Amino acid sequence: MLEVKNLTVSIGDRKILDGLNLTVKDGEVAAIMGPNGTGKSTLSYVIAGKPDYTVESGEVLLDGENILEMGADERAAKGVFLAFQYPVEIPGVATMTFLKAALNAQRRQRGEDEMTTPAFAKKVREAAELLGIKNEILKRPLNVGFSGGEKKRMDILQMALLEPAMAILDETDSGLDIDAIRIVAEGVNKLRTGKRSFLLITHYQRLLNYIVPDTVHVMAQGKIVRTGGKELALELEKNGYRDFVTATAAE
Amino acid sequence: MVARIVSTRTDAEVSLADTFGSAKATLPGNAVVKEMRETAFGAFAAHGLPHRRIEAWHYTDLRSMMREALPLAPLPDVRALEAVRVELAAAILPAGPRLLIVDGTYVPTLSDALPEGATVRSLADVLAEGRADLIDKLAAAKFAVGDSIVALNAALMQDGVVIEVAPGAVIAEPIHIVYATAAQTPVARFFRSLVVVGAGAKILVTESSLGAGGRVGQTFGALIFDVADRAEVGHTCMMTKTEPGSLRLDTFIAELGADVTFSSFALVHGEGLMRRQLFLRCVGDNTKAALNGVSLLKGRDHADTTLDVEHIGLGCEGRETFRYILDDSATGVFQGRIRVAPGAQKTDGKMMSRALLLSDDVVMNNKPELEIFADDVACGHGATCGGLNEDQLFYMQARGISRAEAESLLLEAFASELADNIGHEGLTAAFRAEVADWLAARTVKG
Repeated sequence: MLEVKNLTVSIGDRKILDGLNLTVKDGEVAAIMGPNGTGKSTLSYVIAGKPDYTVESGEVLLDGENILEMGADERAAKGVFLAFQYPVEIPGVATMTFLKAALNAQRRQRGEDEMTTPAFAKKVREAAELLGIKNEILKRPLNVGFSGGEKKRMDILQMALLEPAMAILDETDSGLDIDAIRIVAEGVNKLRTGKRSFLLITHYQRLLNYIVPDTVHVMAQGKIVRTGGKELALELEKNGYRDFVTATAAE
Repeated sequence: MVARIVSTRTDAEVSLADTFGSAKATLPGNAVVKEMRETAFGAFAAHGLPHRRIEAWHYTDLRSMMREALPLAPLPDVRALEAVRVELAAAILPAGPRLLIVDGTYVPTLSDALPEGATVRSLADVLAEGRADLIDKLAAAKFAVGDSIVALNAALMQDGVVIEVAPGAVIAEPIHIVYATAAQTPVARFFRSLVVVGAGAKILVTESSLGAGGRVGQTFGALIFDVADRAEVGHTCMMTKTEPGSLRLDTFIAELGADVTFSSFALVHGEGLMRRQLFLRCVGDNTKAALNGVSLLKGRDHADTTLDVEHIGLGCEGRETFRYILDDSATGVFQGRIRVAPGAQKTDGKMMSRALLLSDDVVMNNKPELEIFADDVACGHGATCGGLNEDQLFYMQARGISRAEAESLLLEAFASELADNIGHEGLTAAFRAEVADWLAARTVKG
């Protein structure tokens, strides 16, 4: 379970998150929607452990443990996963080398044995097939020369391999065509098992047709301003964010 | 009032003059060679050790950095050679004949015969015999004119190898020139080797060092390639295993005929003061030449790579790509000059130097130069300096990879991207292993 309590975050002099509260229960799929510039990506980065931000106050608890003091790699080993809005290209590092380094690094942090190469290769092949990722892509340097859709699918492949407890998908639908969204969504839906929780960050309701959330939160000016069920997404699609932006601005 | 400028010789310069004075009678060579040595030492003595006011040595002020000149290495004795033999047996080198140069002296008893189509002789024999064409190639008079270190090497060269490859010969396995140290006290070694490649021949020559450890020394080496038309030549140099406090100055010279394919790759990650100066002349038409190098520097290492690439023939292609990783308080120098002679039309030259700076205390000096005297050419150069990409590091950490491992992966990727240019599987693997060792020994800060 992820609990964000009264989280205030700034970058430089600018306050981006302002006393944000959010709970994502075990097995829950929560969506965060909101206009540009309200701090959605910042929230995902702060949970994942990007060092550029200053946490002024508040806590981020994963299964009751405050993860804010941990490095990004420790958080990953604890089960936090961030699918990036813009997955990063890493020239010279072969995709398979990277995937194996990531998987084994997490296993080592958790005190588990490293995975053998044949077992690892089999696991990657199976996951890649489900996501329609071609074998030759796995031989290239990570994300280098990948199309937008291939990059997003590669992030979902990593999620499938790393089996996180808390997966955050930051605008995974942006830049994807309908077919790619469907493939990515199917990949995510297959992982909706047991205690695994998801936090989907998106501008549009469209992704939520494919990944149906349990909860929808509206974020504006650095905080959650409304929480509802999946029908809230439809309402937002119809009316836009205007009401929320003006309501919080008027406060 | 007119100021009188008194040129004071440094201790090292005085010692070098003494060394030459006492050694010249016994250094190998016929009368012509002895005359060449005198002329060369005269040229050295006239200028002394190069210093910062000599443009090509501006960032490697040898005059102030070379405090002393060590005595000339003696001929290795039987016991020393036995130690080298043991070391050689344990060395991991890809298959191929090995030519051992111990303290500057070629040792046939520790060396392999070359396959059909190639011959090897000691430089000492060639100098004594005095075959005019070889002496002329060894003198390499058109190169490095005015460079006093090349002159010093010519004056004091003790030995080396002269390899001749017959026209059309294809030498499948790399020929390894292996340098070893034997003297128990610090010494200076001067060697010069020549590789003459016949028309249409194919050859790969490597230079590497045995890791003796604990032996400070001064090394003045020169390797000259003379490549006839249509030949295909590869070269790799692993400038490793030097000790802190050591000095290693290598001169690499290549003259290329027409339609030649030439590729050279160097790894520099020894300790102490290192300089590779490369002089390349593309004389024939339509020749392709690539010079690549990776320098991995830490501690107080100082490594200088200085290029002088001259395009004379028509339609030649030159690619010079160098990378540096600098940590702690290391200093890197890259100077690259591309010269396009009048009439060398359709020259296609590109030079690039990229440096990753891992500490606030490192220094990287980049100085690319173009001198173009033809009007229909495409030449360019670029140089970058920067740190590791924080977005890439965070992406990797967000997948569970520690900061140290993420840095290592990125550094390995940066250094290894040029490895494909080596063009030999075993040598590429050896290069990667050297990079991995260097990274493993590195301590991650912050």
